[in-house]
Amino acid sequence: MSSVAPADLPIGRELADGEAIELADSEPGTKTARVKKRLTSRTATIASIIIAVVWTIPTFGLLVSSFRPAELIQTTGWWTIFQNPGFTLENYQNVLFSASRSSPQLGAYIVNSIAITLLGTLITLVFASMAAYAFAWIRFKWVNWLFIFVFALQIIPLQMSLVPLLQIFSTWLRPMQAWLHDVVPIIPEQNYLPLWLAHAMFGLPLAIFLLHNFIAEIPADVIEAAKVDGATHGQIFFRIVLPLATPALASFAIFQFIWVWNDLLVALIFSGGTQDVAPITQRLAELVGTRGQDWQLLTAAAFISIIIPLIVFFALQRYFVRGLLAGATKG
Amino acid sequence: MTTADLLGKILQVVMGLAIFAAVVGLLIFFIDKAPKKGRDYWQLGLFLLPAMLFVAIGLVYPAIRTSFLAFQDNSGAWTLDNFIWMFTQPAAIRTLINTFIWVALAPIVSTVIGLAYAVFIDRSRGEKYYKVILFMPIAISFVGASVIWRFVYEYRSGGREQIGLLNAIVVALGGEPVQWMQTDPINTILLIVIMIWVQTGFAMVLLSAAIKGVPTEQIEAAQLDGTNAWQRFRNVTVPGIRGALVVVFTTISIATLKVFDIVRTMTAGNFDTSVVANEMYTQAFRASEIGRGSALALILFVFVLPIIIYNVNVLRKQREIR
Amino acid sequence: MRLTRHRRWIGPVAVAAAAGLALTACTGDIAQQDAADTDCADYEEYGTFDGAEVTVAGTILDLEADRLVESWADFETCTGITVDYQGSSEFEAQIAVLAEGGNAPDVGIVPQPGLLNRLADGGWLIPASQPVVDNIDEWWDPIWKEYATVDGTVYAAPLMASVKGWVWYSPAEFEENGYEIPQTLDELSALSDQIAADSGRQPWCVGLESGDATGWPGTDWIEDYMLRLHGADVYDQWVTHGIPFNDPQVAEAFDAVGAYLKNEEMVNGGIGDVSTLVTEAFQTGGLPILDGECSLHHQASFYETFWNPEGGDANTVASDGTVFGFLLPPANADDPLSVTGGGEFPVAFRDAEEVEAFRHYLSSDTWANNRVSLGGVVSANKGLDPENASSELLVQAVEILQDPETTFRFDGSDLMPGAVGADSFWKGIVAWVGGESTPQVLDTIEASWPAS
Repeated sequence: MSSVAPADLPIGRELADGEAIELADSEPGTKTARVKKRLTSRTATIASIIIAVVWTIPTFGLLVSSFRPAELIQTTGWWTIFQNPGFTLENYQNVLFSASRSSPQLGAYIVNSIAITLLGTLITLVFASMAAYAFAWIRFKWVNWLFIFVFALQIIPLQMSLVPLLQIFSTWLRPMQAWLHDVVPIIPEQNYLPLWLAHAMFGLPLAIFLLHNFIAEIPADVIEAAKVDGATHGQIFFRIVLPLATPALASFAIFQFIWVWNDLLVALIFSGGTQDVAPITQRLAELVGTRGQDWQLLTAAAFISIIIPLIVFFALQRYFVRGLLAGATKG
Repeated sequence: MTTADLLGKILQVVMGLAIFAAVVGLLIFFIDKAPKKGRDYWQLGLFLLPAMLFVAIGLVYPAIRTSFLAFQDNSGAWTLDNFIWMFTQPAAIRTLINTFIWVALAPIVSTVIGLAYAVFIDRSRGEKYYKVILFMPIAISFVGASVIWRFVYEYRSGGREQIGLLNAIVVALGGEPVQWMQTDPINTILLIVIMIWVQTGFAMVLLSAAIKGVPTEQIEAAQLDGTNAWQRFRNVTVPGIRGALVVVFTTISIATLKVFDIVRTMTAGNFDTSVVANEMYTQAFRASEIGRGSALALILFVFVLPIIIYNVNVLRKQREIR
Repeated sequence: MRLTRHRRWIGPVAVAAAAGLALTACTGDIAQQDAADTDCADYEEYGTFDGAEVTVAGTILDLEADRLVESWADFETCTGITVDYQGSSEFEAQIAVLAEGGNAPDVGIVPQPGLLNRLADGGWLIPASQPVVDNIDEWWDPIWKEYATVDGTVYAAPLMASVKGWVWYSPAEFEENGYEIPQTLDELSALSDQIAADSGRQPWCVGLESGDATGWPGTDWIEDYMLRLHGADVYDQWVTHGIPFNDPQVAEAFDAVGAYLKNEEMVNGGIGDVSTLVTEAFQTGGLPILDGECSLHHQASFYETFWNPEGGDANTVASDGTVFGFLLPPANADDPLSVTGGGEFPVAFRDAEEVEAFRHYLSSDTWANNRVSLGGVVSANKGLDPENASSELLVQAVEILQDPETTFRFDGSDLMPGAVGADSFWKGIVAWVGGESTPQVLDTIEASWPAS
């Protein structure tokens, strides 16, 4: 990952203070050090494998079950799959290809989900990082209190916001959407806009809180040096803060992506639930039937809907880079 | 979906991106062109403007409305009945205690396991595959997760074949199957396990990002001083990620206070497992008693106050250091 | 450097877009029905609307939703109105939010009179137009109109209906042992004892688990007994809080039900002891009858579709089939037939001619016959030909609903305020079968009844 290397920065490594000694050969030289390293890593390996296994077993059970017929799922444990063989792709088939008159196509829903998630994540990320930067690096007396206030907003249950926000959208946004539909007829009257805005609104307090911490920990010297060099806040934000906060941005992006992707409530309330806008979660939720009789389809549905979040997770791994702050320590 | 529909959708996204980029560009333009007089003030305002606008509309206004609703009955008359009802219903005390147990256990356990795992797998080969294992529970939709845990906690009476993993283990060890979700107090603990299962991944991903920000030089210097791994972890890594630890712990605490779907889907709040958030959801959206729901939402806010005060202190110290 | 970062983003996006396109292609468009094939004579009275659209939402999902949509396909073709249905299991929780926020669908199919009341109180509903009201008067028992009336205004005609209080049994087992269908509640009790003595196992199997609604099948038991033991007037007082929930008459109904649900001799056949009532899903609660491990199961007519959990029709529902149902008998043999049941009401949120035309159609006997012919449900519409019902049991249900002698009462928990009917009553049942005493549970439920 070279694109955000600190070489871009207007400051150099000379800022490193005495504590951080540059080590040309950082290999653990002595025998004892090597032994210790191996020992801890063996315990660490065992411990992490145990955690990994414990965490995976429940999900693995679901995976196995998703390939079993409903009757077997309900009468025998998934771990007995070899004693009670029965392999079927029916669950997946039903989820993917059962075209019903009331909700004909999965494709439309997947496109909607991608569209909603893309901007629902991006808007939150950009606005939150701007606010987090201001909270962390622009000094005013009351700004800390404002930050505390914003972070405390996390406790407001989303459900309590639905009615007032929907009223605002119905009054102000709906006429705009209708107008857009008149001008560009292929854009339906129920479009993604309210969902993007709603997801951004609900995601911001947590986003600001998370990013603020990481952005605040950028060494002051780095920012000060840039200011001395005459950089504006806009330049500092884009050239220094965003690149240095990449791991934090990437981790929050992953979470916001997942929350928006898995959301059903916001989508149903603000989209009106039509095929023009509704995400895949809505389609999956109705598969179970009026009285929940087909719940076994949820096993397959869970794995189908997790594919894209996993792709995003792996794609963003490259931004988890070490040592962005190498050479600069806290002043 | 016809091709025209698809084009319409793509067009929406493209337009959305373009407008969004234009808005951000314009903001940055004005930030850089801010008047010299009171420059920092202007820039601060512009950096905060979009987020504050969104938050004000989407959360502050609804929060104020909720506070008013808590003191009204269904016909809109002012009353304290919602609060009286809340504290006089038989399960009230138990609900409060349960909420407290949730907040006491879930954040700390998730953070500790998440941290340990993040440290263990740091720099290991296949780190991202290790990560994805803990990450899966967050990525899986909640409906999926509720089915997953049904396969763990499901109960079948003695003679029948167990389909719940936990009871299968108990029976294999020669025990009698247990009705996990119906047995107090183990049921609350087992519900909290689900929360921990979900949230540990959250902690792990964020803490892992923070660990990568700890300067390697410091660790290497400590290594040269002959410290062992535990000492390096205690004295270098933990101080280096203290901020992230507070953030993760706080976030999970708040999420724990708000979580209701675990309780709803697993026990519906029966068998002494209810928590405040579940009661809030039930009253406001199932029972159409919006006043009672709002009153419960205010109680949640009281619960979060200690967490906020703790963060104020942390923030103050952080500022002092700088 | 910027360029490379952009390219990394473009890759996944392009892949995703391509995948989306592929999915669109492979699921394809549903062909529009050809207007020329349809006989539009029945639909002339609704008029024609060019390009009008009506959005509908409700709790009905999957297969049943498909049939619902099919039931108005001809109406769409002939009137030119496009009806767009969206089902959601969260509909009941969300419709009030959508209505208050001004984003409600044109028509909401509300399954509870209590919810209809609340929506009407909020001032969000459009009263039913005259043709709809005329249809209600013509085709329905007056009690149905009452359920859709708030402060003298009629808001909707009923849609479908279900009859509750069936007791499912195995005809073969009954014949083999010479059991007779009981004619009174006492005979039912005697029969239960006899089966228990003959078979040496519990005669009843019960499943009360239903996720966040766990306990509701128990409320059906109580409602059936309230209506049969104390009659329609007391029942009406009970659901409107004319008598308190902890009234001795309610306690009597609870204790009569408790003789089964809280009795180790009676439940839970094929499943376990009394404690398994709350762990067994209502969907599978009756299935032990198929294995001969249980003889009786109390559940509404919709349970018909649950006898073949694997799909298909290996287990037939008929008086000479694998399983069948008899209606929970009255308290005395000469009491008039009283049944509890449920139904839906399509309420309107938008005042428009096409919406009323659609609701007018739904309230007609044409629609009732169309929908019932597609199978699985019945309607209380008196213009419905019972022979259109898809099974022997449903034919019986239609006849019961159309019989002028029948006293029909809506499921009580759907009439009570949500705080009771969708919360404390369910939870009360769970606590009660879990061992709490009847007075204790009734006091708790009574305390939860909202003041206003």
